[in-house]
Amino acid sequence: MKDCEYSQISTHSSSPMESPHKKKKIAARRKWEVFPGRNKFFCNGRIMMARQTGVFYLTLVLILVTSGLFFAFDCPYLAVKITPAIPAVAGILFFFVMGTLLRTSFSDPGVLPRATPDEAADLERQIDIANGTSSGGYRPPPRTKEVIINGQTVKLKYCFTCKIFRPPRASHCSLCDNCVERFDHHCPWVGNCVGKRNYRFFYMFILSLSFLTVFIFAFVITHVILRSQQTGFLNALKDSPASVLEAVVCFFSVWSIVGLSGFHTYLISSNQTTNEDIKGSWSNKRGKENYNPYSYGNIFTNCCVALCGPISPSLIDRRGYIQPDTPQPAAPSSGITMYGATQSQSDMCDQDQCIQSTKFVLQAAATPLLQSEPSLTSDELHLPGKPGLGTPTPASHWARPRPPSMPNLAEATLADVMPGKMSTWATSS
Amino acid sequence: MATEVHNLQELRRSASLATKVFIQRDYSDGTICQFQTKFPPELDSRIERQLFEETVKTLNGFYAEAEKIGGSSYLEGCLACATAYFIFLCMETHYEKVLKKISRYIQEQNEKIFAPRGLLLTDPVERGMRVIEISIYEDRCSSGSSSSGSSSGSGSSSGGGGGAGAR
Repeated sequence: MKDCEYSQISTHSSSPMESPHKKKKIAARRKWEVFPGRNKFFCNGRIMMARQTGVFYLTLVLILVTSGLFFAFDCPYLAVKITPAIPAVAGILFFFVMGTLLRTSFSDPGVLPRATPDEAADLERQIDIANGTSSGGYRPPPRTKEVIINGQTVKLKYCFTCKIFRPPRASHCSLCDNCVERFDHHCPWVGNCVGKRNYRFFYMFILSLSFLTVFIFAFVITHVILRSQQTGFLNALKDSPASVLEAVVCFFSVWSIVGLSGFHTYLISSNQTTNEDIKGSWSNKRGKENYNPYSYGNIFTNCCVALCGPISPSLIDRRGYIQPDTPQPAAPSSGITMYGATQSQSDMCDQDQCIQSTKFVLQAAATPLLQSEPSLTSDELHLPGKPGLGTPTPASHWARPRPPSMPNLAEATLADVMPGKMSTWATSS
Repeated sequence: MATEVHNLQELRRSASLATKVFIQRDYSDGTICQFQTKFPPELDSRIERQLFEETVKTLNGFYAEAEKIGGSSYLEGCLACATAYFIFLCMETHYEKVLKKISRYIQEQNEKIFAPRGLLLTDPVERGMRVIEISIYEDRCSSGSSSSGSSSGSGSSSGGGGGAGAR
């Protein structure tokens, strides 16, 4: 009890900057306004996209212009000459394409929220116990955890930014700075990551876009041929110049989009992500015993699950209001593991205290809503800092940590760079 | 065990947070949402093992129901696709319905079982489905010798970590 009171008093004195903040803050803010990832939000948090959206606007323009020209210049002729079903089908395809594109681009791909400070501290403590030593002040070695899923050993990696062990099939997108569940790739054409929650919309988009592209291409050619039967080829081109533009756009798009649809059909039927396929995680080349533990065995089930399975709701609660007593995820630290900066344990050495207080100042400056209530600061005090003597945590399920070496870091950075590479690869196929 | 009975509001106001225990996800069955049923040692003196395991198993059952792949989920998926997913503006998904059931269950468990023992479960959905967070509360003004003994005991083992480490 004495410890408790002593700590409370020192907390108030060590954070004089908090009270002015608390008094000035009037309106409650929504959680999307303080979202730590590199995302853009629109419509008060309803729409969520990546930071670079230039290519997405290009996609929109290409689709709208090509379809618009088709409806304006080719459809009147074709509806009269052949059947009015042509513009009708084109219309349905167009709405489906736009609907799925907007759904893919605007929805949450399955972002995992970052760990709260308590969780991060707890994990750090367990890892320190597992590692045995608490190594100075430099960045600890990369951490992994091994799990056996369906007979295959899967390595779960620790994300230094989000301070969590990534679930299987999740990956950290370096462009959006978020961990995404069942991460497929970051697609600049839709301006968003493609992950667990929007993969089916993405697939429907490229599938319907391939149909639309092929449809427009076929009927533009038909239109020109029919006209040239009447007036000659060059005159036909002069009469409907838009058809030339449409034909060119469709011709160049068809190869990449149809190719991409085919590739994703293969991925869905084998229940793999683009990420896994590129890395060759489940390919036979790695070993005879290597197989995909997530596959359901047959193509039909895999497809049904991917396209018609249950959709999990968004975990990041963009439009919720920030509660003053809920812990917000702290800004990513430089690798110094200790949370509990407001601990006033006199047993800590001066150097540690200096580091802690500096870190606390930086954190407080970065996240003004954090720790604005005295009740919260008193809560922090009671949280454990250094591992106590009485916390036995079984370390048997932790993988033996690999010694810090370049290959680990290289692998981590390669994984981060992958999303960028994958998007260019995917679009160029 | 605590000799005093708490309700939730009283707990939050009068008790001080001693420590938090995190039940991590169990990925041995794949990516479905399951939590480890391993009993954390910090709860040893606070709650019976069986009650705890039962709560976690029930939660796991709920999540399995939410993510169940079968006829009804396929029907929902196909219907949604056919309406270009506009149907989600009017109707909530099966998953969301089960999540509401889960939060009601957790509220009930907190009121009946956990709060009287000075514990509080946080709905995993508020922690990104990563962990079940169990907050362990200590009474600030505990008069009984047994409860103050247990509070100082658990305080030194978990709360006063730095001091204990230095000793």
